[in-house]
Amino acid sequence: MSAADAHHAHHESPTNIGFWIYLMSDCIIFGALFATYAVLGGSFAGGPGPKDLFEPGFIAVETALLLFSSITFGMAMLAADKQKLDATTGWLIVSGLLGAGFIGMEVYEFAHLIHIGAGPDRSAFLSAFFALVGTHGLHVTGGLIWLVTLILQLRLHGLNGANMRRLGTLSMFWHFLDLIWIGVFSFVYLVRLI
Amino acid sequence: MATGHVQPQETWSPIFGRLTLDWIPYHEPILIGTFLGVGLAGLIVLALMTRFRLWLPLWRDWVISVDHKKIGIMYMVLGFVMMVRGFADALMMRLQQALAAGGAEGYLPPHHYDQVFTAHGVIMIFFVAMPFVTGIMNYVMPTQIGARDVAFPFLNNFSFWMTVAGALLVNISLFVGEFARVGWLAFPPLSGASYSTGPGMDYYLWALQIAGVGTTLSGINLIATILKMRAPGMKMMMMPVFTWTALITNVLIVAAFPVLTATLGMLTLDRYLDFRFFTNDFGGNAMMYINLIWIWGHPEVYILIIPIFGVFSEIVATFSRKPLFGYTTMVWATACIMVLSFVVWLHHFFTMGSGANVNTFFGITTMIIAVPTGVKIFNWLFTMYRGSVRLEVPMYWTIGFLVTFTIGGMTGVLLAVPPVDFQLHNTLFLIAHFHNVIIGGVVFGVYAAVTYWWPKAFGFKLDDRWGKRAFWGWFVGFYLAFMPLYALGLMGVTRRMNSYEDMGWQPYFIIAAVGAVVILFGILSTFMCFYVSIRDRKRLACGGDPWDARTLEWANQSPPQKYNFPQDIVVTGRDMFWKMKEEGFKWSTDYQAIHMPKDTATGVLISAFALAFGFAMVWYIWWLAILSFVAMLAIGIAHTFNYNRDYYIQPDEVAATEAKGASA
Amino acid sequence: MSDHSHAHSGGSHGTLGSLMIGFAMAAILTILPFGLVMGEVDLPRNLAIGLIMGMGAVQIIVHLVYFLHVGKSSEQGWTLVATIFSVIILVIVLAGSLWVMHNMNENMMPMPDMEQMMNLQSQQG
Repeated sequence: MSAADAHHAHHESPTNIGFWIYLMSDCIIFGALFATYAVLGGSFAGGPGPKDLFEPGFIAVETALLLFSSITFGMAMLAADKQKLDATTGWLIVSGLLGAGFIGMEVYEFAHLIHIGAGPDRSAFLSAFFALVGTHGLHVTGGLIWLVTLILQLRLHGLNGANMRRLGTLSMFWHFLDLIWIGVFSFVYLVRLI
Repeated sequence: MATGHVQPQETWSPIFGRLTLDWIPYHEPILIGTFLGVGLAGLIVLALMTRFRLWLPLWRDWVISVDHKKIGIMYMVLGFVMMVRGFADALMMRLQQALAAGGAEGYLPPHHYDQVFTAHGVIMIFFVAMPFVTGIMNYVMPTQIGARDVAFPFLNNFSFWMTVAGALLVNISLFVGEFARVGWLAFPPLSGASYSTGPGMDYYLWALQIAGVGTTLSGINLIATILKMRAPGMKMMMMPVFTWTALITNVLIVAAFPVLTATLGMLTLDRYLDFRFFTNDFGGNAMMYINLIWIWGHPEVYILIIPIFGVFSEIVATFSRKPLFGYTTMVWATACIMVLSFVVWLHHFFTMGSGANVNTFFGITTMIIAVPTGVKIFNWLFTMYRGSVRLEVPMYWTIGFLVTFTIGGMTGVLLAVPPVDFQLHNTLFLIAHFHNVIIGGVVFGVYAAVTYWWPKAFGFKLDDRWGKRAFWGWFVGFYLAFMPLYALGLMGVTRRMNSYEDMGWQPYFIIAAVGAVVILFGILSTFMCFYVSIRDRKRLACGGDPWDARTLEWANQSPPQKYNFPQDIVVTGRDMFWKMKEEGFKWSTDYQAIHMPKDTATGVLISAFALAFGFAMVWYIWWLAILSFVAMLAIGIAHTFNYNRDYYIQPDEVAATEAKGASA
Repeated sequence: MSDHSHAHSGGSHGTLGSLMIGFAMAAILTILPFGLVMGEVDLPRNLAIGLIMGMGAVQIIVHLVYFLHVGKSSEQGWTLVATIFSVIILVIVLAGSLWVMHNMNENMMPMPDMEQMMNLQSQQG
């Protein structure tokens, strides 16, 4: 196989750059949603505004959950670099649980808002809010499904080349969602509470 | 009202959603005729395929193939098929407007006419022009950089089938239900829930979203290919110009299509879940939709034309037997267009009321973006200047393009002046302008590309005589069809009119209709050209390099083997193949194992369920929507459990294939 | 399939040290803006908004550098180029939309005397 390896050596895997370009395109989806929130964020149509609805303490806990899950994912990657399978899956499970906690809180927040009559059909402001935060939430949910799948694959095949690449891309995805959340908690929540 | 058209009643049942028998348009003779025609032709094709046992080869060699060349060809087939559909719509509109003057109502009632012009625009942009340029990039670009395939071959297959699923959804709307009646960009509030009831608008949304997934993923794929899969030694500034334009086009796709996805997503939320983004009440703002969709829409027109600039750059250099004049300026001009195309979008709605300073800014940026395009025109002219120009069919298209596109570009600069635009906004002048650049640019370019690269793909040239007839049909037909529209636009005739009072306009509309018939002659000549060339393929057979070309895609056999090149090529400069020919290059017979991706049916399966999902969402058939969504997810996840996705072609096998030569 | 398991050993996913530095900075840049809002610190409104947005921007850069390892060395700098390009597009989309829509709202807003005129007309009509 030495000839094949020699051929293969010309091209390193395009996976990382390809996935990064995907993330950038995703980032622009969020950009359009942020722009909509920026433009329509003041259109309350006589309905409730940010100060009536947003609870900074609640958002702080959500933020902490995501930030911690980012760190534990980083730990999983460091363990994977050292080829420690059990430690890797352990940290991944912790990251997944923190992410699931975040999603749980978000579902609760949405249900609560809809229950008190501040659903997305109440005003353009709330539409923009639900669409932006909801899209982020759907991404995290997608990330969780991916995480569970990958843990299974790690247990099946170990930390081989293909799985290391997948782990690397999921890691990018996970950190990227935390990065988007920085925009959400600053721009959607905090500045509107001043 | 001209018609007694009544929308079928809104009902809902758990099994069929809101789909009832009333939605099958069996009472419309035009549609019944079309349906019988399509059905009959379809049956004949099915019968022939069964008779000649083509089902298995079709599935095995094409449908599940991850070979970028086959996917490229399939994109072109999709483009031509949908062009027939889109052009039929165009003929219907031209006929209607030629008839419906001075109280006459023509033959198309408004609710049908409105669907026709919406479908024409949507199909021509999303399912003709986009597949064409994606197909050309898919076929040509990887071989130009000396690669064996794209970076993500499975994703490439998946992207193609998602595009097909979107196209199929549009065509299903012809026979089940209706299509949108809102114009190709579907501005709210007209496209919102209150004014567009029925499934037409939902067909529009889901068709574009499903196809959009394919477009975005293909964009990512081709960028990664150019960045990572170039032959050893090929630096960025050694890439052929077409590869450069492909790179920049795909960057635009990846940056612009997400905006379309988000915008259409918001409109979907408005329609399905009572969100208030673009509604008249509850604080919604329809203008925000127009703003967002044009942030995508303007880069989109450059997504269509930039790869065509690349096509003409290759053709002009080859047929002038000279390196392209001003390679570096060509690359930089394209890069400038890439950024500038994102700061001109407001010129599509100068009349919306943003005021003088905003309009001035966007008017000036629009004029500026004409400069790099002008640079390109001069580069092509200077390449031809003192070259030994061979007037083959691709050069016919090139010269036709240079003349026509320049006129279209200049009317565009006229429209960039806000006060002029206030007069001409939404008139037929605008229609004439963008057809002038899209037909004169994109269509001519696609035809040039097809004529130029056909011998590479199939091992024989296209017939000259029919090729020239196709050119003259399109060229003359275009001027006949659209010059009258410029005049009508200046008279103040607005677009999308079903009928009009002023009999003075009718002669212009009749000339335009005649022009459309001449274009029809061009299109028929094209298909005749394909037929005659395939029939006479022995006479037209050619070697690997029929045009004495300059870039790497001509270095291998025609048609190329599935691994493209028997050995890696070490690139040492621009126009590498020309250099190799000068140095007397010969392929070595010392073969090594070649690493190849395996074919897979995953892409076509997921896309089939995406089509079912789209159909279910259009008709509110929730059980089917949930089922097909879960199926898509499950198939996708199952695919990731397959770790055995590639194989090696062993050296002796490569040697055998190479010795056998191209099997045309 | 050839296995690349060893290609990844060593720095590709950073070190524990860099992860912890990133964590500390991110934590500070999160706690400060939340403190600003929850502690109801008395600052001029625009300054407070600027501080929150500024800290958010800095934290995004921290995440990019320490968690996502974007830099000149990864993928021959292509990730960095892609990131910068996306930021440009994001700025255009956000600032452009705000500018366009703000101007339109200003110009298209019914003015007080216009409303009076309309009221007058409707009374007469």
